[in-house]
Amino acid sequence: MVEGSKKFQIIANIIMVLLCAFCILPLWLLFSSSITSEKTLITEGYSFIAREIDFAAYKYILIDSKQLLRGYGLSALVTIAGTLCNLTLTTLFAYPLTRKELPGRKAISFFLFFTMLFNGGLVPSYIMWTQTFQIKNTIWALIVPNLLMSAFNIIMMRTYLTTNVPEEIVDAAKIDGAGEFKILARIIMPMSKSILSTLALLVGLGYWNDWLNGLYYVNNDKLYTTQVLLNKMLLDTQFLMSSASHGMSIDTSKLPSTGIKMAIAVMGILPVLIVYPFLQKYLVKGITIGAVKG
Amino acid sequence: MRTSKLRKIKKYLPLYLMLAPGIIYLIINNYMPMSGIVVAFKNYNYQKGIFASPWNGIKNFIFLFRTNDAWIITRNTICYNLVFIIIGTVVSITISIILSELKAERAKKAYQTVILLPFLISIVVVSYIVYGFLNTEYGNINHLLVNAGKEKISWYSTPGYWPFILVIVNLWKNMGYNTVLYYATLIGIDTSYYEAAVVDGASRWQRIRYITIPSLLPTISILTLMSVSKIFYSDFGLFYQVPMNSGPLLDVTNTIDTYVYRGLMETSNIGMSAAAGVYQSIVGFILVLLANWLVGRFDKDSTLF
Repeated sequence: MVEGSKKFQIIANIIMVLLCAFCILPLWLLFSSSITSEKTLITEGYSFIAREIDFAAYKYILIDSKQLLRGYGLSALVTIAGTLCNLTLTTLFAYPLTRKELPGRKAISFFLFFTMLFNGGLVPSYIMWTQTFQIKNTIWALIVPNLLMSAFNIIMMRTYLTTNVPEEIVDAAKIDGAGEFKILARIIMPMSKSILSTLALLVGLGYWNDWLNGLYYVNNDKLYTTQVLLNKMLLDTQFLMSSASHGMSIDTSKLPSTGIKMAIAVMGILPVLIVYPFLQKYLVKGITIGAVKG
Repeated sequence: MRTSKLRKIKKYLPLYLMLAPGIIYLIINNYMPMSGIVVAFKNYNYQKGIFASPWNGIKNFIFLFRTNDAWIITRNTICYNLVFIIIGTVVSITISIILSELKAERAKKAYQTVILLPFLISIVVVSYIVYGFLNTEYGNINHLLVNAGKEKISWYSTPGYWPFILVIVNLWKNMGYNTVLYYATLIGIDTSYYEAAVVDGASRWQRIRYITIPSLLPTISILTLMSVSKIFYSDFGLFYQVPMNSGPLLDVTNTIDTYVYRGLMETSNIGMSAAAGVYQSIVGFILVLLANWLVGRFDKDSTLF
Protein backbone atom coordinates (compact mmCIF):
# COMPACT_ATOMS: atom_id res chain seq x y z
CA MET A 1 0.00 0.00 0.00
CA VAL A 2 2.66 2.49 1.07
CA GLU A 3 4.94 1.29 -1.72
CA GLY A 4 2.21 1.85 -4.33
CA SER A 5 1.48 5.28 -2.96
CA LYS A 6 5.10 6.34 -3.22
CA LYS A 7 5.24 5.15 -6.81
CA PHE A 8 2.08 7.07 -7.57
CA GLN A 9 3.49 10.28 -6.09
CA ILE A 10 6.62 9.98 -8.21
CA ILE A 11 4.72 9.34 -11.43
CA ALA A 12 2.22 12.10 -10.67
CA ASN A 13 5.03 14.57 -10.04
CA ILE A 14 6.75 13.58 -13.26
CA ILE A 15 3.53 14.16 -15.21
CA MET A 16 3.06 17.56 -13.61
CA VAL A 17 6.65 18.60 -14.30
CA LEU A 18 6.24 17.63 -17.95
CA LEU A 19 3.02 19.63 -18.15
CA CYS A 20 4.72 22.63 -16.62
CA ALA A 21 7.48 22.30 -19.19
CA PHE A 22 4.81 22.26 -21.91
CA CYS A 23 3.46 25.53 -20.48
CA ILE A 24 6.80 27.26 -19.94
CA LEU A 25 8.97 26.18 -22.87
CA PRO A 26 7.09 28.18 -25.52
CA LEU A 27 7.62 31.30 -23.42
CA TRP A 28 11.26 30.41 -23.06
CA LEU A 29 11.59 30.09 -26.84
CA LEU A 30 10.20 33.58 -27.18
CA PHE A 31 12.68 34.98 -24.67
CA SER A 32 15.65 33.04 -25.96
CA SER A 33 14.91 34.16 -29.54
CA SER A 34 14.86 37.77 -28.44
CA ILE A 35 18.39 37.63 -27.02
CA THR A 36 20.00 35.62 -29.79
CA SER A 37 22.36 37.57 -32.02
CA GLU A 38 21.13 38.28 -35.51
CA LYS A 39 23.89 36.20 -37.09
CA THR A 40 23.03 33.12 -35.03
CA LEU A 41 19.34 33.59 -35.77
CA ILE A 42 19.97 33.47 -39.49
CA THR A 43 22.01 30.28 -39.32
CA GLU A 44 20.25 28.47 -36.51
CA GLY A 45 16.80 30.01 -36.34
CA TYR A 46 14.78 30.56 -33.19
CA SER A 47 16.13 28.09 -30.68
CA PHE A 48 15.82 27.33 -27.01
CA ILE A 49 19.50 27.84 -26.33
CA ALA A 50 21.05 30.96 -27.75
CA ARG A 51 24.61 30.24 -28.81
CA GLU A 52 25.53 33.90 -29.05
CA ILE A 53 23.71 36.25 -26.73
CA ASP A 54 23.06 39.77 -27.90
CA PHE A 55 20.76 42.39 -26.44
CA ALA A 56 20.75 44.53 -29.59
CA ALA A 57 17.02 44.06 -30.08
CA TYR A 58 16.32 45.43 -26.59
CA LYS A 59 18.75 48.26 -27.08
CA TYR A 60 16.94 49.19 -30.25
CA ILE A 61 13.40 49.07 -28.88
CA LEU A 62 14.28 50.76 -25.59
CA ILE A 63 16.75 53.39 -26.71
CA ASP A 64 16.64 54.02 -30.44
CA SER A 65 12.95 53.62 -31.06
CA LYS A 66 10.40 55.81 -29.37
CA GLN A 67 7.51 53.69 -30.59
CA LEU A 68 7.64 50.95 -28.00
CA LEU A 69 8.08 53.24 -25.01
CA ARG A 70 5.19 55.35 -26.20
CA GLY A 71 3.11 52.19 -26.60
CA TYR A 72 4.07 51.12 -23.09
CA GLY A 73 2.99 54.44 -21.63
CA LEU A 74 -0.26 54.34 -23.54
CA SER A 75 -0.96 50.74 -22.47
CA ALA A 76 -0.40 51.75 -18.85
CA LEU A 77 -2.62 54.81 -19.18
CA VAL A 78 -5.43 52.89 -20.88
CA THR A 79 -5.19 50.06 -18.34
CA ILE A 80 -5.30 52.34 -15.31
CA ALA A 81 -7.98 54.70 -16.60
CA GLY A 82 -10.09 51.88 -18.00
CA THR A 83 -9.89 49.79 -14.86
CA LEU A 84 -10.80 52.71 -12.61
CA CYS A 85 -13.81 53.66 -14.74
CA ASN A 86 -14.89 50.06 -15.01
CA LEU A 87 -14.75 49.46 -11.25
CA THR A 88 -16.65 52.68 -10.60
CA LEU A 89 -19.41 51.76 -13.02
CA THR A 90 -19.54 48.18 -11.74
CA THR A 91 -19.79 49.18 -8.08
CA LEU A 92 -22.41 51.83 -8.80
CA PHE A 93 -24.48 49.29 -10.70
CA ALA A 94 -24.03 46.30 -8.40
CA TYR A 95 -24.94 47.96 -5.12
CA PRO A 96 -28.50 49.14 -5.98
CA LEU A 97 -29.24 45.67 -7.36
CA THR A 98 -28.66 44.20 -3.91
CA ARG A 99 -31.47 46.34 -2.44
CA LYS A 100 -34.47 44.08 -2.63
CA GLU A 101 -37.01 46.84 -2.02
CA LEU A 102 -35.88 48.97 -4.97
CA PRO A 103 -38.82 49.39 -7.39
CA GLY A 104 -37.92 48.13 -10.85
CA ARG A 105 -34.98 46.04 -9.64
CA LYS A 106 -36.09 42.95 -11.53
CA ALA A 107 -36.52 44.85 -14.78
CA ILE A 108 -33.10 46.48 -14.46
CA SER A 109 -31.50 43.11 -13.70
CA PHE A 110 -33.06 41.68 -16.81
CA PHE A 111 -31.97 44.70 -18.85
CA LEU A 112 -28.43 43.98 -17.69
CA PHE A 113 -28.65 40.26 -18.06
CA PHE A 114 -30.06 40.28 -21.55
CA THR A 115 -26.78 41.74 -22.85
CA MET A 116 -25.16 38.42 -21.96
CA LEU A 117 -27.63 36.50 -24.09
CA PHE A 118 -27.88 38.54 -27.22
CA ASN A 119 -25.69 41.02 -29.03
CA GLY A 120 -25.76 43.01 -32.21
CA GLY A 121 -22.41 41.74 -33.41
CA LEU A 122 -19.42 43.48 -34.90
CA VAL A 123 -20.93 45.15 -37.96
CA PRO A 124 -23.56 47.35 -36.27
CA SER A 125 -21.18 48.12 -33.37
CA TYR A 126 -18.45 49.16 -35.74
CA ILE A 127 -20.77 51.38 -37.78
CA MET A 128 -22.16 52.96 -34.63
CA TRP A 129 -18.82 53.68 -32.94
CA THR A 130 -17.23 55.07 -36.07
CA GLN A 131 -20.16 56.98 -37.60
CA THR A 132 -22.40 58.03 -34.71
CA PHE A 133 -19.72 58.54 -32.09
CA GLN A 134 -16.76 59.32 -34.36
CA ILE A 135 -14.50 57.35 -32.05
CA LYS A 136 -11.96 56.30 -34.67
CA ASN A 137 -8.37 57.25 -33.83
CA THR A 138 -9.14 58.73 -30.45
CA ILE A 139 -8.00 57.41 -27.09
CA TRP A 140 -11.64 56.65 -26.26
CA ALA A 141 -11.56 53.91 -28.87
CA LEU A 142 -9.10 52.01 -26.68
CA ILE A 143 -11.11 52.42 -23.48
CA VAL A 144 -14.82 52.59 -24.15
CA PRO A 145 -16.07 49.90 -26.57
CA ASN A 146 -16.94 46.60 -24.85
CA LEU A 147 -14.39 46.81 -22.04
CA LEU A 148 -15.83 49.57 -19.89
CA MET A 149 -18.45 47.49 -18.13
CA SER A 150 -19.59 43.90 -18.28
CA ALA A 151 -22.76 42.26 -17.06
CA PHE A 152 -20.70 39.31 -15.92
CA ASN A 153 -18.60 41.37 -13.49
CA ILE A 154 -21.63 43.20 -12.14
CA ILE A 155 -23.38 39.93 -11.41
CA MET A 156 -20.22 38.64 -9.73
CA MET A 157 -20.07 41.71 -7.51
CA ARG A 158 -23.79 41.67 -6.76
CA THR A 159 -23.56 38.04 -5.68
CA TYR A 160 -20.58 38.86 -3.50
CA LEU A 161 -22.38 41.76 -1.84
CA THR A 162 -25.57 39.78 -1.19
CA THR A 163 -23.64 36.99 0.50
CA ASN A 164 -21.08 39.10 2.36
CA VAL A 165 -22.83 42.29 3.43
CA PRO A 166 -25.67 41.64 5.88
CA GLU A 167 -28.81 43.67 5.18
CA GLU A 168 -28.95 44.73 8.82
CA ILE A 169 -25.80 46.79 8.47
CA VAL A 170 -27.31 48.83 5.65
CA ASP A 171 -30.60 49.17 7.54
CA ALA A 172 -28.79 50.34 10.67
CA ALA A 173 -26.86 52.93 8.71
CA LYS A 174 -30.09 54.21 7.20
CA ILE A 175 -31.65 54.58 10.62
CA ASP A 176 -28.62 56.61 11.61
CA GLY A 177 -29.50 58.92 8.74
CA ALA A 178 -26.77 57.98 6.27
CA GLY A 179 -27.56 58.69 2.60
CA GLU A 180 -27.16 56.02 -0.06
CA PHE A 181 -23.90 57.43 -1.41
CA LYS A 182 -22.49 57.59 2.08
CA ILE A 183 -23.50 53.97 2.72
CA LEU A 184 -21.83 52.94 -0.51
CA ALA A 185 -18.61 54.80 0.25
CA ARG A 186 -18.33 54.11 3.99
CA ILE A 187 -19.81 50.65 4.37
CA ILE A 188 -20.05 48.78 1.11
CA MET A 189 -16.71 49.76 -0.44
CA PRO A 190 -14.57 48.86 2.59
CA MET A 191 -16.33 45.50 2.80
CA SER A 192 -15.73 44.79 -0.90
CA LYS A 193 -11.95 45.09 -0.95
CA SER A 194 -11.48 41.46 -1.83
CA ILE A 195 -13.95 41.38 -4.72
CA LEU A 196 -12.73 44.75 -5.98
CA SER A 197 -9.13 43.51 -6.11
CA THR A 198 -10.24 40.41 -7.96
CA LEU A 199 -12.24 42.42 -10.47
CA ALA A 200 -9.44 44.98 -10.84
CA LEU A 201 -7.08 42.19 -11.77
CA LEU A 202 -9.42 40.64 -14.34
CA VAL A 203 -10.39 43.98 -15.87
CA GLY A 204 -6.81 45.28 -15.84
CA LEU A 205 -5.57 42.14 -17.55
CA GLY A 206 -8.33 42.59 -20.13
CA TYR A 207 -7.22 46.15 -20.86
CA TRP A 208 -3.51 45.39 -20.93
CA ASN A 209 -3.99 42.46 -23.29
CA ASP A 210 -6.59 44.09 -25.49
CA TRP A 211 -5.74 44.54 -29.13
CA LEU A 212 -9.19 44.16 -30.71
CA ASN A 213 -10.34 47.72 -30.10
CA GLY A 214 -7.04 48.89 -31.54
CA LEU A 215 -7.50 46.65 -34.54
CA TYR A 216 -11.00 47.92 -35.23
CA TYR A 217 -10.78 51.59 -34.37
CA VAL A 218 -7.17 52.77 -34.52
CA ASN A 219 -4.81 53.18 -37.45
CA ASN A 220 -2.78 56.13 -36.24
CA ASP A 221 0.59 54.90 -34.95
CA LYS A 222 0.60 57.54 -32.19
CA LEU A 223 -2.25 55.61 -30.57
CA TYR A 224 -0.75 52.13 -30.67
CA THR A 225 -0.63 50.38 -27.32
CA THR A 226 1.95 47.63 -26.92
CA GLN A 227 -0.50 44.93 -27.96
CA VAL A 228 -1.79 46.89 -30.95
CA LEU A 229 1.79 47.56 -32.00
CA LEU A 230 2.60 43.87 -31.74
CA ASN A 231 -0.47 43.03 -33.73
CA LYS A 232 0.42 45.43 -36.53
CA MET A 233 4.02 44.23 -36.61
CA LEU A 234 3.11 40.60 -36.88
CA LEU A 235 1.63 41.11 -40.29
CA ASP A 236 3.96 43.93 -41.31
CA THR A 237 7.60 43.50 -40.32
CA GLN A 238 8.71 46.72 -41.85
CA PHE A 239 6.35 48.79 -39.77
CA LEU A 240 8.63 49.41 -36.82
CA MET A 241 11.61 50.21 -38.98
CA SER A 242 9.78 52.71 -41.11
CA SER A 243 7.91 54.47 -38.35
CA ALA A 244 10.55 54.57 -35.67
CA SER A 245 13.48 56.25 -37.26
CA HIS A 246 11.96 59.46 -38.55
CA GLY A 247 14.67 62.09 -38.54
CA MET A 248 17.28 59.67 -37.26
CA SER A 249 19.76 58.27 -39.65
CA ILE A 250 19.67 54.64 -38.64
CA ASP A 251 20.80 52.18 -41.23
CA THR A 252 17.67 50.06 -41.32
CA SER A 253 19.41 47.19 -43.07
CA LYS A 254 21.53 46.64 -39.96
CA LEU A 255 18.58 46.42 -37.60
CA PRO A 256 18.08 43.13 -35.82
CA SER A 257 14.69 42.66 -37.43
CA THR A 258 14.22 38.98 -36.63
CA GLY A 259 15.01 39.46 -32.97
CA ILE A 260 13.10 42.71 -32.49
CA LYS A 261 9.71 41.13 -32.97
CA MET A 262 10.40 38.62 -30.24
CA ALA A 263 11.87 41.28 -27.95
CA ILE A 264 8.74 43.42 -28.22
CA ALA A 265 6.57 40.40 -27.55
CA VAL A 266 8.63 39.73 -24.42
CA MET A 267 8.19 43.34 -23.34
CA GLY A 268 4.46 42.96 -23.93
CA ILE A 269 4.08 40.17 -21.39
CA LEU A 270 6.76 41.31 -18.94
CA PRO A 271 4.52 43.46 -16.70
CA VAL A 272 1.99 40.63 -16.50
CA LEU A 273 4.70 38.14 -15.56
CA ILE A 274 6.04 40.50 -12.90
CA VAL A 275 2.75 41.10 -11.09
CA TYR A 276 1.29 37.63 -11.58
CA PRO A 277 3.00 35.81 -8.67
CA PHE A 278 1.77 38.46 -6.23
CA LEU A 279 -1.80 38.54 -7.49
CA GLN A 280 -2.29 34.87 -8.34
CA LYS A 281 -4.51 34.38 -5.31
CA TYR A 282 -6.99 36.97 -6.58
CA LEU A 283 -6.89 35.60 -10.09
CA VAL A 284 -7.75 32.08 -8.95
CA LYS A 285 -10.53 33.51 -6.80
CA GLY A 286 -11.88 35.50 -9.71
CA ILE A 287 -11.94 32.50 -12.00
CA THR A 288 -13.71 30.30 -9.49
CA ILE A 289 -16.40 32.69 -8.26
CA GLY A 290 -17.00 33.90 -11.80
CA ALA A 291 -17.79 30.46 -13.11
CA VAL A 292 -19.44 28.82 -10.15
CA LYS A 293 -22.03 31.53 -9.75
CA GLY A 294 -22.00 33.77 -12.78
CA MET B 1 -51.46 57.40 -4.51
CA ARG B 2 -49.56 59.66 -6.84
CA THR B 3 -47.76 61.55 -4.11
CA SER B 4 -46.78 58.28 -2.47
CA LYS B 5 -45.35 57.11 -5.75
CA LEU B 6 -43.46 60.37 -6.10
CA ARG B 7 -42.18 60.06 -2.59
CA LYS B 8 -41.05 56.54 -3.32
CA ILE B 9 -39.15 57.65 -6.38
CA LYS B 10 -37.59 60.47 -4.41
CA LYS B 11 -36.59 58.06 -1.69
CA TYR B 12 -34.85 55.80 -4.16
CA LEU B 13 -33.50 58.59 -6.36
CA PRO B 14 -29.89 58.16 -5.17
CA LEU B 15 -30.00 54.48 -6.11
CA TYR B 16 -31.37 55.29 -9.55
CA LEU B 17 -28.65 57.89 -9.97
CA MET B 18 -26.07 55.22 -9.25
CA LEU B 19 -27.59 52.98 -11.90
CA ALA B 20 -27.83 55.73 -14.50
CA PRO B 21 -24.25 55.71 -15.91
CA GLY B 22 -24.31 51.96 -16.33
CA ILE B 23 -27.71 52.00 -17.99
CA ILE B 24 -26.56 54.66 -20.42
CA TYR B 25 -23.48 52.60 -21.22
CA LEU B 26 -25.54 49.47 -21.82
CA ILE B 27 -27.86 51.37 -24.13
CA ILE B 28 -24.93 52.70 -26.16
CA ASN B 29 -22.64 49.71 -26.13
CA ASN B 30 -25.16 46.88 -26.26
CA TYR B 31 -28.68 47.94 -27.19
CA MET B 32 -27.94 50.39 -29.99
CA PRO B 33 -25.93 47.76 -31.92
CA MET B 34 -28.80 45.32 -31.35
CA SER B 35 -31.14 47.65 -33.18
CA GLY B 36 -28.41 47.98 -35.79
CA ILE B 37 -28.85 44.39 -36.87
CA VAL B 38 -31.40 45.69 -39.39
CA VAL B 39 -28.31 46.51 -41.45
CA ALA B 40 -28.32 42.83 -42.45
CA PHE B 41 -31.64 43.40 -44.21
CA LYS B 42 -30.44 46.49 -46.06
CA ASN B 43 -28.32 47.42 -49.00
CA TYR B 44 -25.88 49.35 -46.84
CA ASN B 45 -24.63 52.69 -48.04
CA TYR B 46 -21.92 54.53 -46.08
CA GLN B 47 -23.25 57.97 -46.92
CA LYS B 48 -26.81 57.22 -45.87
CA GLY B 49 -26.04 55.32 -42.67
CA ILE B 50 -27.83 52.27 -41.31
CA PHE B 51 -31.39 53.50 -41.10
CA ALA B 52 -31.62 55.50 -44.34
CA SER B 53 -30.11 52.78 -46.52
CA PRO B 54 -32.66 51.04 -48.76
CA TRP B 55 -34.14 47.71 -47.66
CA ASN B 56 -33.34 44.60 -49.60
CA GLY B 57 -35.16 41.95 -47.58
CA ILE B 58 -33.31 38.72 -47.00
CA LYS B 59 -31.13 39.02 -50.10
CA ASN B 60 -27.95 39.23 -48.00
CA PHE B 61 -28.84 35.96 -46.32
CA ILE B 62 -29.67 34.29 -49.62
CA PHE B 63 -26.30 35.35 -51.03
CA LEU B 64 -24.51 34.23 -47.87
CA PHE B 65 -26.05 30.76 -47.78
CA ARG B 66 -25.50 30.26 -51.49
CA THR B 67 -21.75 30.55 -50.98
CA ASN B 68 -19.61 27.67 -49.89
CA ASP B 69 -18.28 29.95 -47.12
CA ALA B 70 -21.47 29.70 -45.09
CA TRP B 71 -20.99 25.97 -44.75
CA ILE B 72 -17.25 26.21 -44.09
CA ILE B 73 -17.49 28.83 -41.35
CA THR B 74 -20.34 27.00 -39.62
CA ARG B 75 -18.51 23.69 -39.79
CA ASN B 76 -15.23 25.16 -38.55
CA THR B 77 -16.80 27.13 -35.70
CA ILE B 78 -18.79 24.17 -34.40
CA CYS B 79 -16.23 21.41 -34.94
CA TYR B 80 -13.31 23.30 -33.37
CA ASN B 81 -15.46 24.18 -30.37
CA LEU B 82 -16.56 20.57 -29.92
CA VAL B 83 -12.98 19.32 -30.03
CA PHE B 84 -11.85 22.10 -27.67
CA ILE B 85 -14.61 21.22 -25.21
CA ILE B 86 -13.95 17.47 -25.23
CA ILE B 87 -10.15 17.58 -25.08
CA GLY B 88 -10.12 20.56 -22.72
CA THR B 89 -12.49 18.90 -20.28
CA VAL B 90 -10.70 15.55 -20.23
CA VAL B 91 -7.26 17.11 -19.81
CA SER B 92 -8.30 19.61 -17.14
CA ILE B 93 -10.12 17.00 -15.10
CA THR B 94 -7.14 14.65 -15.28
CA ILE B 95 -4.74 17.37 -14.18
CA SER B 96 -6.97 18.53 -11.36
CA ILE B 97 -7.34 14.97 -10.05
CA ILE B 98 -3.58 14.44 -10.15
CA LEU B 99 -3.09 17.78 -8.38
CA SER B 100 -5.53 16.86 -5.65
CA GLU B 101 -3.83 13.49 -5.08
CA LEU B 102 -0.40 15.06 -4.67
CA LYS B 103 1.01 15.29 -1.18
CA ALA B 104 3.63 18.03 -1.45
CA GLU B 105 1.70 21.27 -0.84
CA ARG B 106 4.41 23.55 -2.17
CA ALA B 107 4.82 21.64 -5.42
CA LYS B 108 1.06 21.65 -5.85
CA LYS B 109 0.97 25.40 -5.64
CA ALA B 110 3.90 25.82 -7.99
CA TYR B 111 2.33 23.54 -10.60
CA GLN B 112 -0.92 25.45 -10.42
CA THR B 113 0.88 28.75 -10.87
CA VAL B 114 2.78 27.55 -13.92
CA ILE B 115 -0.19 25.90 -15.61
CA LEU B 116 -2.29 29.03 -15.30
CA LEU B 117 0.45 31.21 -16.78
CA PRO B 118 -0.45 30.82 -20.49
CA PHE B 119 -3.97 32.04 -19.69
CA LEU B 120 -2.49 35.49 -19.02
CA ILE B 121 -0.66 35.79 -22.31
CA SER B 122 -2.49 37.80 -24.94
CA ILE B 123 -3.33 35.92 -28.10
CA VAL B 124 -1.17 38.34 -30.11
CA VAL B 125 1.89 37.26 -28.16
CA VAL B 126 0.77 33.66 -28.58
CA SER B 127 0.91 34.27 -32.34
CA TYR B 128 4.53 35.36 -31.97
CA ILE B 129 5.34 32.20 -30.08
CA VAL B 130 3.69 30.04 -32.71
CA TYR B 131 5.58 32.02 -35.34
CA GLY B 132 8.81 31.26 -33.48
CA PHE B 133 8.09 27.57 -33.84
CA LEU B 134 6.62 27.51 -37.34
CA ASN B 135 8.29 30.27 -39.36
CA THR B 136 9.62 28.67 -42.54
CA GLU B 137 13.09 30.23 -42.49
CA TYR B 138 13.91 30.69 -38.81
CA GLY B 139 11.31 28.56 -37.12
CA ASN B 140 12.46 26.20 -34.41
CA ILE B 141 10.68 23.18 -35.85
CA ASN B 142 11.99 23.61 -39.37
CA HIS B 143 15.54 23.86 -38.03
CA LEU B 144 15.02 20.63 -36.15
CA LEU B 145 13.69 19.04 -39.34
CA VAL B 146 16.68 20.22 -41.34
CA ASN B 147 19.09 18.96 -38.68
CA ALA B 148 17.35 15.59 -38.83
CA GLY B 149 17.92 15.58 -42.57
CA LYS B 150 14.31 16.25 -43.52
CA GLU B 151 12.68 18.84 -45.78
CA LYS B 152 11.45 22.17 -44.40
CA ILE B 153 7.69 22.47 -44.12
CA SER B 154 5.90 25.60 -45.20
CA TRP B 155 3.56 25.59 -42.20
CA TYR B 156 1.67 28.77 -42.98
CA SER B 157 0.55 27.51 -46.35
CA THR B 158 -0.25 23.88 -45.54
CA PRO B 159 -3.81 23.61 -44.24
CA GLY B 160 -3.55 19.96 -43.18
CA TYR B 161 -1.55 20.73 -40.01
CA TRP B 162 -3.68 23.55 -38.71
CA PRO B 163 -6.52 21.68 -37.03
CA PHE B 164 -3.88 20.07 -34.80
CA ILE B 165 -1.93 23.28 -34.27
CA LEU B 166 -5.03 25.22 -33.27
CA VAL B 167 -6.15 22.51 -30.86
CA ILE B 168 -2.71 22.42 -29.21
CA VAL B 169 -2.52 26.22 -28.97
CA ASN B 170 -6.00 26.41 -27.49
CA LEU B 171 -5.19 23.66 -25.01
CA TRP B 172 -1.96 25.39 -24.02
CA LYS B 173 -3.73 28.67 -23.40
CA ASN B 174 -6.89 27.51 -21.65
CA MET B 175 -5.99 24.30 -19.84
CA GLY B 176 -4.94 26.14 -16.68
CA TYR B 177 -8.18 28.08 -16.46
CA ASN B 178 -10.33 24.96 -16.56
CA THR B 179 -8.00 23.11 -14.21
CA VAL B 180 -8.42 25.87 -11.62
CA LEU B 181 -12.20 25.48 -11.90
CA TYR B 182 -12.25 21.71 -11.47
CA TYR B 183 -9.61 21.81 -8.77
CA ALA B 184 -11.71 24.28 -6.78
CA THR B 185 -14.60 21.81 -6.87
CA LEU B 186 -12.31 18.95 -5.90
CA ILE B 187 -10.91 20.58 -2.78
CA GLY B 188 -14.48 21.29 -1.77
CA ILE B 189 -15.31 17.58 -1.53
CA ASP B 190 -15.97 16.43 2.02
CA THR B 191 -12.80 14.60 3.13
CA SER B 192 -14.78 12.21 5.34
CA TYR B 193 -15.85 10.33 2.20
CA TYR B 194 -12.22 9.59 1.43
CA GLU B 195 -11.44 8.65 5.00
CA ALA B 196 -14.34 6.21 5.03
CA ALA B 197 -13.20 4.78 1.69
CA VAL B 198 -9.67 4.25 3.01
CA VAL B 199 -11.04 2.47 6.08
CA ASP B 200 -13.05 0.21 3.76
CA GLY B 201 -9.86 -0.58 1.87
CA ALA B 202 -10.69 1.21 -1.38
CA SER B 203 -7.78 1.62 -3.77
CA ARG B 204 -6.75 5.02 -5.14
CA TRP B 205 -8.37 4.24 -8.44
CA GLN B 206 -11.62 3.17 -6.72
CA ARG B 207 -11.67 6.40 -4.72
CA ILE B 208 -11.26 8.44 -7.87
CA ARG B 209 -13.83 6.39 -9.75
CA TYR B 210 -16.51 6.31 -7.05
CA ILE B 211 -16.01 9.55 -5.10
CA THR B 212 -14.04 12.14 -7.08
CA ILE B 213 -15.64 11.78 -10.49
CA PRO B 214 -19.25 11.63 -9.25
CA SER B 215 -18.59 14.76 -7.15
CA LEU B 216 -17.28 16.53 -10.21
CA LEU B 217 -20.27 15.63 -12.37
CA PRO B 218 -22.40 18.71 -11.63
CA THR B 219 -19.47 21.02 -12.40
CA ILE B 220 -18.62 19.07 -15.53
CA SER B 221 -22.16 19.18 -16.86
CA ILE B 222 -22.62 22.86 -16.10
CA LEU B 223 -19.31 24.00 -17.56
CA THR B 224 -19.83 21.82 -20.63
CA LEU B 225 -23.30 23.17 -21.24
CA MET B 226 -21.99 26.72 -20.81
CA SER B 227 -19.35 26.03 -23.45
CA VAL B 228 -21.92 24.42 -25.71
CA SER B 229 -24.02 27.57 -25.48
CA LYS B 230 -21.04 29.48 -26.89
CA ILE B 231 -20.39 26.98 -29.64
CA PHE B 232 -21.34 29.47 -32.34
CA TYR B 233 -18.68 31.93 -31.20
CA SER B 234 -14.94 31.58 -31.69
CA ASP B 235 -11.81 33.22 -30.33
CA PHE B 236 -11.12 35.71 -33.13
CA GLY B 237 -7.41 36.02 -32.32
CA LEU B 238 -6.85 32.29 -32.32
CA PHE B 239 -8.29 31.89 -35.80
CA TYR B 240 -7.11 35.16 -37.32
CA GLN B 241 -3.78 36.14 -35.74
CA VAL B 242 -2.29 32.77 -34.88
CA PRO B 243 -2.46 31.54 -38.52
CA MET B 244 -1.26 35.07 -39.51
CA ASN B 245 -4.35 35.71 -41.65
CA SER B 246 -2.86 33.35 -44.20
CA GLY B 247 -4.98 32.88 -47.33
CA PRO B 248 -4.15 29.24 -48.15
CA LEU B 249 -5.29 28.22 -44.65
CA LEU B 250 -8.75 29.79 -44.86
CA ASP B 251 -10.47 26.48 -45.45
CA VAL B 252 -9.51 25.26 -41.98
CA THR B 253 -9.18 28.59 -40.13
CA ASN B 254 -12.18 30.63 -41.25
CA THR B 255 -14.85 30.86 -38.55
CA ILE B 256 -17.95 33.01 -38.28
CA ASP B 257 -16.06 35.70 -36.36
CA THR B 258 -13.16 35.92 -38.82
CA TYR B 259 -15.59 35.89 -41.73
CA VAL B 260 -17.54 38.82 -40.29
CA TYR B 261 -14.32 40.73 -39.69
CA ARG B 262 -12.93 40.13 -43.17
CA GLY B 263 -16.24 41.08 -44.78
CA LEU B 264 -16.32 44.31 -42.82
CA MET B 265 -12.68 45.42 -42.95
CA GLU B 266 -10.95 43.68 -45.83
CA THR B 267 -13.40 42.88 -48.60
CA SER B 268 -16.04 45.55 -47.85
CA ASN B 269 -18.80 43.03 -48.17
CA ILE B 270 -20.90 44.60 -45.44
CA GLY B 271 -24.20 42.98 -46.42
CA MET B 272 -23.00 39.41 -46.18
CA SER B 273 -20.80 40.16 -43.21
CA ALA B 274 -23.77 41.61 -41.31
CA ALA B 275 -25.93 38.66 -42.35
CA ALA B 276 -23.34 36.25 -40.95
CA GLY B 277 -23.28 38.29 -37.72
CA VAL B 278 -27.06 38.08 -37.33
CA TYR B 279 -26.98 34.36 -38.10
CA GLN B 280 -24.43 34.01 -35.26
CA SER B 281 -26.39 36.18 -32.81
CA ILE B 282 -29.68 34.39 -33.35
CA VAL B 283 -28.41 30.81 -33.33
CA GLY B 284 -26.19 31.76 -30.37
CA PHE B 285 -29.20 33.13 -28.51
CA ILE B 286 -31.22 29.96 -29.09
CA LEU B 287 -28.30 27.84 -27.91
CA VAL B 288 -27.94 29.84 -24.68
CA LEU B 289 -31.62 29.41 -23.90
CA LEU B 290 -31.42 25.71 -24.67
CA ALA B 291 -28.29 25.18 -22.57
CA ASN B 292 -29.79 27.09 -19.67
CA TRP B 293 -32.91 24.97 -19.80
CA LEU B 294 -30.78 21.83 -19.77
CA VAL B 295 -28.65 23.08 -16.85
CA GLY B 296 -31.89 23.74 -14.99
CA ARG B 297 -32.83 20.11 -15.40
CA PHE B 298 -29.56 19.00 -13.78
CA ASP B 299 -29.34 21.57 -11.06
CA LYS B 300 -31.83 24.37 -10.47
CA ASP B 301 -29.37 26.61 -8.59
CA SER B 302 -26.78 26.71 -11.33
CA THR B 303 -28.88 28.19 -14.11
CA LEU B 304 -27.98 31.59 -15.45
CA PHE B 305 -31.55 32.83 -15.18
